[in-house]
Amino acid sequence: MTAYLFRRTLFAVFVLWGAVTVVFLVLRLVPGDPAQLILGSDATQDEIARLREQMGLNRPLVVQYGIYLGDVVRFDFGDSYRYHSDAMGLVMGRFPLTLQLAVVAMAIGLVLGISLGVVGALRVNRLADRVVSVFALLSQSMPSFWIGIMFILVFARQLHWLASGGHGGFDRLVLPGITLALPLIAILIRLTRSGLLDVVHENYIQTARAKGLSERLVIFLHAIRNALIPIVTVAGLEFGKLLGGAVIVETVFSWPGVGRLLIDSISARDYNVVQAAILLIACGFVLINLVVDVLYGYLDPRIRLGR
Amino acid sequence: MDRPTEQVLPRNDSKAADSPTPGDPPVAARTRVKIGRLRIIASLSVIALYVVAAVIGPILLKYDPVATDLGSRLKPPGTLLPSGHTAIFGTDQVGQDVLAQMLQGARVSITVGLATLVLAGVIGVAAGIAAGYFGGWLDTVLMRLADVQLTFPSILLAIFIASILGPSVVNVVIVLSISNWVTFARVTRSQVLGLKNRDFVDATRTLGARTWHLMTRSILPSMIAPILVVATVELGHVILAEASLSFLGLGTPASTPSWGTTIANGRDYLSNAWWISTIPGIGLAILVIGFGVLGDALRDRFDPRLRSM
Repeated sequence: MTAYLFRRTLFAVFVLWGAVTVVFLVLRLVPGDPAQLILGSDATQDEIARLREQMGLNRPLVVQYGIYLGDVVRFDFGDSYRYHSDAMGLVMGRFPLTLQLAVVAMAIGLVLGISLGVVGALRVNRLADRVVSVFALLSQSMPSFWIGIMFILVFARQLHWLASGGHGGFDRLVLPGITLALPLIAILIRLTRSGLLDVVHENYIQTARAKGLSERLVIFLHAIRNALIPIVTVAGLEFGKLLGGAVIVETVFSWPGVGRLLIDSISARDYNVVQAAILLIACGFVLINLVVDVLYGYLDPRIRLGR
Repeated sequence: MDRPTEQVLPRNDSKAADSPTPGDPPVAARTRVKIGRLRIIASLSVIALYVVAAVIGPILLKYDPVATDLGSRLKPPGTLLPSGHTAIFGTDQVGQDVLAQMLQGARVSITVGLATLVLAGVIGVAAGIAAGYFGGWLDTVLMRLADVQLTFPSILLAIFIASILGPSVVNVVIVLSISNWVTFARVTRSQVLGLKNRDFVDATRTLGARTWHLMTRSILPSMIAPILVVATVELGHVILAEASLSFLGLGTPASTPSWGTTIANGRDYLSNAWWISTIPGIGLAILVIGFGVLGDALRDRFDPRLRSM
C-alpha cells in the first residue's frame, strides 16, 4: 500500500507540475507580448517596459521558468490589478462558494443517479427503464448553460418559485446545483444500472435469494456492492469535473465563485487572477483524483497491486 | 415476507437486450439488429437534415451579422415582418431573424466540429499508431502525456488557451483539438496493440513491407471502424464544447455567431423574448442527441468492446 500511495502521490505532483508548465508556456510562447496582453492595447511604451522589467520578461526563458516555479511554490501569483490585492488570496476567498456548489451538485447527483439507476435495473426494458434511459441521454446531450437558462426562464421568471442568481440561502443553490449535477446523474444512472445487471446471474445473488432474502434486501445488501466500486471512482473523478463545469454554471447563475471570477478576470484581462484561478481548480482536481485513487486502491486490492 | 409485491430483478432477458453476447438466440439477435438499424437510420436522417440546413439554409435566408432593424426587434415567433417575410422563430434584440441566425450557426458549429475532428483525429491517430507500434520510451512519453491531460478538466484548458489566443474560428478549432486528441490516441493505441502481431500483418512484414507500409496499408485500414465510432461520439462532444466556449464569449467572434453566441445574447431578454435563447438551444440539443444515438448504435454494431469509452 505504501508503494502504491507513493506512486500515486508522485503522479499527482507530476500532473500539477505539468499544469503549471502549460500555464507558463501558453502565457510566454503565444504570439504577442504578455506585458502588452496584461496592460491592454492603450498602454504606453513606458508602462510596458516597466512591467516587462518587473515580470522579468527580458531574461532568458529558462530563468523566467525557474523564477515562476519558485513563485508558484510560494503561492505568489502577483497582485490583481483590478482589486489591487493578492491574486491567490482573492481566488481562495471565492473557493468556498464553488466548493459549496460542487458539494450540493454531488449530493443531488449521487441520490438521483443511483436511485434512478436502480429503478432502471429493476424494470429493465420496461417503460420505467426506457424513461430513465431517455432522461440520461437528454441530460448528457443538452448543453448545461442552456439548461441553466431554461431553469431561470421557467422557475424564476415564469413561476417565481426560485431566485435566478446570486448567492444566499439554500433556495439559490437549488437551480445551479441541479444544472451542474445533470451530466453526473446521467453517468451514475448508466453505471448503477449496468453494474446491477452485471451481477444478476452471479451465484452469490442466487444464494441470497435462495436463503429467502426479500428482493429489496438482495439488491441493497448484496447486488449494489458490485456497482459501488465503479461508482466511487467515477463520482470522485466527476467531482473534479464539477469544479470545471462550475465555471459555466456560475456564469449562468451569477454565482460569485472561482469560475465566475475566472471569466470576469478573462474579460478584464486580469491575467494574474486567471492563472491563480486555473491552477487552484487544477490543484483541487488533482487532489481529488489522488484521494479517489487511494480509496480505490483500498476498496479493490487488485488495483494497488497493479494486476 | 411480501414477496409477490416485490419487484424482481429480471434474470434472463437483461443481458440479451443490453449487450450482444455470442450465445443469443437468433430471434433476439435479429430484433436487435433491426432496432440497431432503425437507430442508425433515424439519427443519420436528423444529422443529414442539419447538414442540408447548414449548407443551403444561409443561401435561402440571408444573415448579415452587422445589420440592425430596430423596428422589428424582439418579435415573437411567427411574426410577419415589415420586410415581407415571416420570422418563424421570432427576431432577436437587434431585429435579426433567429432562424437565419441558427442556420448560419449550424454552418459554424458543424464546420468547427468537423475541422476539430480532423485535426484531433490526425494527431491522435498518428500518436496512437506510433505509441502502439514502436512501444518503448515513445509509448511511455505519449501515454503519460495523455494521462496528464485526462487528469485535467478539458474545459478549463480550453478556456485558458482560448482566453489567451482570443476569439476566432481557427483558434476554437486549435483549442478543441488540443483537448480532444487523447481519446483518439488511446483507442488507436489499443487497436494497434491488438493488430500488430496478427498473422496478416506478420505475413506482410515477411514479404518485405517497410514500417510505413505496414502502418498505413495493413494496420490503419483494419481499425477504421472503431475510429469512426469514436469520431461520431466525439463530434457531439466537440459541438457542445464549442457552444460552451462561445457562450462564455471565448469561442467564435461576433461576426460568425454560433448557437452558443445566440443563446448567450438571449439571456438578457428572458423576460420579454424567451425564444432567442430557447429555440437555438433545442436545435443544438437535438443535433447532439443525434450524434450520441448514432455513436451508440454504430458502436453496438461494429465494436461492442468500445462500450467503456
